[in-house]
Amino acid sequence: MAPAPLTQARREALQGWLLVLPALLFLTAFTYWPTLETAWAALHTTPVPGHPSRFAPLANAVAMAKDPVFWQALRHNFYYALALIPATMALALVMALAVNGRIPGRALLRLAYFTPTVLPMIAVANIWLFFFTPGYGLVDKLLAPFGLGGWNWLGESSTALFAVTVIAVWKQAGFYMIFYLAALQSLPAELAEAAELEGSSRLNYVRRVVWPLLMPTTLFIFVNAVIDAFRLVDQIVVLTRGGPDNATAILLYYIYQVGFQYFDAHYASALTMVLIALLALLAWFQFAVLGRRVHYR
Amino acid sequence: MRRWGLEALGAWLLGAMWILPLAWALWSAIHPPSSTQSFGLFSPLTLRNFATAWGMAPFGRSMVNTVVLVSIVLAAQFVLCTPAAFAFARLRFPGRDFVFAIVLVQLMVAPEVLMVENFRTIGALDLVNSLFGIALPYLGSAFGIFLLRQAFRTVPEELDAAARIEGLSLRQRLWKLYLPMARPTYIAYGLVLVSFHWNNFLWPLVITNSVGIRPITVQLAMFSTTDQGTNWSIITAATLLSTAPLVIAFLLFQRQFVQSFMRARAQ
Amino acid sequence: MKLTRRSMLAGATTLAAPAVARAATLDISFFFPIAASGPITKIINGYAQDFAKERPDVRIKPVYAGSYDDTIAKAITAFKGGHAPPLAMLGAIQVYTLIDLGAIVPFDEVATSAEDKAWMNSFFPAFLANGNVDGHTWSIPFQRSTAVLYWNKAAFKEVGLDPEKPPASWEEQTAMAKKLVRKSGSETTRWGIQIPGTGGTYWLYQGLAIEAGQQLMNKNGTEAYFNKPGSVAALDYWVGLSRQGVQAPGVIDWGVTPNDFIAGRTAMMWTTTGNLTFVRDGAKFPFGVAMLPADKQRGTPTGGANFHIFKTATQAEREASLAFVKWVTSPERAAAWSIATGYVATRPDAWATDVMKKYVAGFPQAQVARDQLPYALPELSTHANQQVTLPLNSALQAALARSKTPKAALDEAQAIADRVLGPYKRG
Repeated sequence: MAPAPLTQARREALQGWLLVLPALLFLTAFTYWPTLETAWAALHTTPVPGHPSRFAPLANAVAMAKDPVFWQALRHNFYYALALIPATMALALVMALAVNGRIPGRALLRLAYFTPTVLPMIAVANIWLFFFTPGYGLVDKLLAPFGLGGWNWLGESSTALFAVTVIAVWKQAGFYMIFYLAALQSLPAELAEAAELEGSSRLNYVRRVVWPLLMPTTLFIFVNAVIDAFRLVDQIVVLTRGGPDNATAILLYYIYQVGFQYFDAHYASALTMVLIALLALLAWFQFAVLGRRVHYR
Repeated sequence: MRRWGLEALGAWLLGAMWILPLAWALWSAIHPPSSTQSFGLFSPLTLRNFATAWGMAPFGRSMVNTVVLVSIVLAAQFVLCTPAAFAFARLRFPGRDFVFAIVLVQLMVAPEVLMVENFRTIGALDLVNSLFGIALPYLGSAFGIFLLRQAFRTVPEELDAAARIEGLSLRQRLWKLYLPMARPTYIAYGLVLVSFHWNNFLWPLVITNSVGIRPITVQLAMFSTTDQGTNWSIITAATLLSTAPLVIAFLLFQRQFVQSFMRARAQ
Repeated sequence: MKLTRRSMLAGATTLAAPAVARAATLDISFFFPIAASGPITKIINGYAQDFAKERPDVRIKPVYAGSYDDTIAKAITAFKGGHAPPLAMLGAIQVYTLIDLGAIVPFDEVATSAEDKAWMNSFFPAFLANGNVDGHTWSIPFQRSTAVLYWNKAAFKEVGLDPEKPPASWEEQTAMAKKLVRKSGSETTRWGIQIPGTGGTYWLYQGLAIEAGQQLMNKNGTEAYFNKPGSVAALDYWVGLSRQGVQAPGVIDWGVTPNDFIAGRTAMMWTTTGNLTFVRDGAKFPFGVAMLPADKQRGTPTGGANFHIFKTATQAEREASLAFVKWVTSPERAAAWSIATGYVATRPDAWATDVMKKYVAGFPQAQVARDQLPYALPELSTHANQQVTLPLNSALQAALARSKTPKAALDEAQAIADRVLGPYKRG
C-alpha cells in the first residue's frame, strides 16, 4: 500500500520541524540540557576524599546562605549592573546624537567612539591597568593637580568596582551607539526639519520627538545591556581577580573561581542556578512588563 | 553653526577621552621601555617592542587559531540559524510559537553562564583543548535565529507566493529570494559575531590548555600576567599586535559596517 | 586528523626498531608558571632545545600558563578533561591538592635506582620540605625562591642612613622607612617601603607571621592557624605600615612593585628573589638585598614551583620527563638558571660550581636567599589548597584596604579554612 500523500499542511509541518531541528539540537545540547544538569548537580555535594558526592538537596543552598562571598558577589553584581546599564546607554545616545548631526569631523568622531568596541576586553584591560596604576598612570597624572593623586584605583576596595565598571562602559558604549545611530538615521527627515521650523530647543526636540520614537531601540539595547552586566567579567579576571577582598567579584566571576579554581563543581552549579534564576526573572520582566511597549517585529 | 559650538566641543571632548587610552597604547608601544614611565616628548621611536613581543610567544599561531575558530562559528551559525529562522518566520507547524519562545530563552542564558556543565560535556566528547571544543557551545544561537527571523519577515508575502506559483522549491525560495533580501542583516550579524568571537576570552581560557590551541585573547592574557616586574612597552606592543587585524579590518570597512547596521535595522 | 601524543607514543613503543623510534619523537608538553612576556621563557625554550640535542627522541614543549594560580587551575582542568601534561612545574604548595586528586606520581616511584635516590637527596631540605608527604618525594624543586628585602642604597645615603646597613628588625624597618619617605606637597613621591598585596598575597604575609613566631599550618596540611596571636600581630604590623604613612595605602600591586623600586618610588620593597634579575637590569642606583627583618625571629616562607609528574603519563613519558628533570637540575644548570633569573639554585653543589662562585663574588646580593634558607619554613600548603589560601588572600586584602580589622578578617579566613579542612581532618 502506497503511503498516503502528505497534505500541504502536514508537509509544511514536517518541513518546519526539520528546518528547526538542527539548531534546536545544539541549543539543547549546550543550553537546555546543561541547565537541567546544573539544577540536578546543585542538589548534590562535591566529593572530597573519603566523602563521595551525595544527594543533599539543601546542602548547597544552606552553604550559599552562609557564604559571605556569595552575598558580596550578588551585591557587587547589582551595583555593577546599576552603574553599567544606565551609563553605557546614556553615553551611547549622546554619542549617536552627536555623530548623527552635522558636526564637524563626524566620521572621525564616530571612529573614536566605536573603536574600543572591536578590541578584546583583555587588550582593553591591559591598557587600562596602566591608566589606573598609581604613580605612572594617566588617571593619576590628571588628578594629581587637584590633590587627588596617588590613589590606587584597582587596589582599594572602595574604587576597584568603579574602575572595572569604567572599563566596561568605555568598551561597550560605542557598540550601543551604533544601534541608536541606525535608529536615528531611519527617522523621517521631515521630523528634524519640523523641529527647526518651530524653533524649539534641541533638547526639547530630543525629549519630545526623538526619545519616544527611539523607545523600541532603547528597549532592545536595554536587554543587551542587562545581559552584558552579568556577562562582562574578562577585565575582572585579568585585572583584579575579583579582589581586593572580593570587591570586584561578581556572580559569573565567582562561578569561575569556585568551578575552576576551587574545583567545587557542585557548589558552582548551585551558584549557576542563582544566576540563571536571576536572568530568567529579568527576562520575564522584560517580556511581560516592558514587552508590551516594544514591538519585537 | 553657533549652536554647534558647545555641543561640538562636548562631543570632541568625549571623543578625545575615548581615544586617549588607544593613543597612549600606541605611544608606549613605539617607545623604548625606559621612557614609558616618564612621557618624554622627544623619546626615541622604536619598533623593537613589536619584534620582541612577537618573538616571545606564538602570536601568529594564535591568530590563525582565532581566524579558524571565528570561521567555524560563523559558518555553523549561518547554516544552522538560517533554516530555523525561515521556519519560524514563514512556515506553520504545530508547536512553533512555543518552540520559538523556548529559543528566545537562550538570548538571556549565554553559554559562559553554563561553563561548568559545558566543560563536562566537552570533556565527555573528548574535545577539551581543541578549536571545536571552544566553538561547540556557541554554534546554536538564539540571537542569530531571532535576527534572521526578523529580516525574513520583512520579505513581502506576495513575492513569496509568486515564487511558489512559479514552482520554486523551498530551498530555491530561500536561496533566491530570502537570502538576498536579508543580506544587510547577514552582514551586520556576521560582523557582530566576528567581533564577539575574536574577543571572547573566558570560555576559551577554561577549555584550552596548550599553546598550539590558544586563541589570541588567551595568548595575550597569558603573555601579560605580571608575576615579575612589568614591562609596559612590550605588553602594549603585544596588545596592539593582537588587536591589529580586527581594528584594521574595521577601519577599512567601517563605512560598510555602520551602513549594514542601518540597513539591517531599516528592515 | 591530529596526531595525539598518545598515538605517537604507541607508534614509538610498539615499533621498537631504533630507526623508527628516532623518527617518532616523543612530545612532552610541560606546563610552566610564568608570564610569557618575561625573559624567562627564552631561557626555558633554550633548555628545551639543548635537551633535544642530548635526547633527540624527546621533545620538551613548554606551555607558559601565566601565574601560579592560573597554572594550577589549568593543570587540574586539563587533568580532569583527560589531557594532563606528563610534566608540570607547579607551585610546591599544591602537593596535597594534587595527591588528593590522584593526579601525580611521587618521584621515588619513577626514579628508582640508587643513583636516582642520591640525586633526590642532593637538594636543600628546605626546598624539598613542601613536596615530602607520607614518606614520598612528590616533587623536585627548581624555580624556587625566598622572600627578601631590597633596599635602595642611594636613597639610604640621601636621608643619612648607612647605605650598607639594611633593617634587621621590624622596628628598625619602620623607623628607616619613616626617614625614607619623601613628599612633594601633600603627595608622596617616594614611599619608605612596599610589601605588595596582590599575586599570592599570603606569601609575604607568611614571612611576617613566621617572624612573629607563627607558622600558618600544621605538617599534615589539615589545619590552618590564621587567627593565632602571632598571625594577627603580623597583619597588624603590615597594615600599620600604611597607617603610619610609610607604605602606600590600599593593596599594592605585586607586578608593579619592582617597577616602583626601579623608578625610585619606594626605597625598600619585599618581593621574591626571582625579581633579582629584573631589578639588577633596571635599577640605575646601587641596591642591596637582605634577609627579611626579624620580629621574634628571622623567617621567610620558601616559594616557587617544583617539577611534578602526572599519573596519566605513560611509562615512556615518565622516563623522558625524569630524564629532563635530572638534566635540567644538574649542578651546572641549576647554577646557570639561578644566575640568569635570580631564583635560588636548589642544591648545595650548584653553589660550589666555579661559575656560581664567580657570580656571587661579583654580585653578593645573589647569596642572600641561600643564607636565609636556615630560617625558611615551608610555604603555606594545605589540602584543597586554593579553597583555603584564596579566602586568606581576600581577608588580608580586606585588612590592607581597611574594610576590616586584621583580627576580624583573619577570624573569617580561619572559619573558612576550618570548614574546608574539616573533612580532611576526620578522613
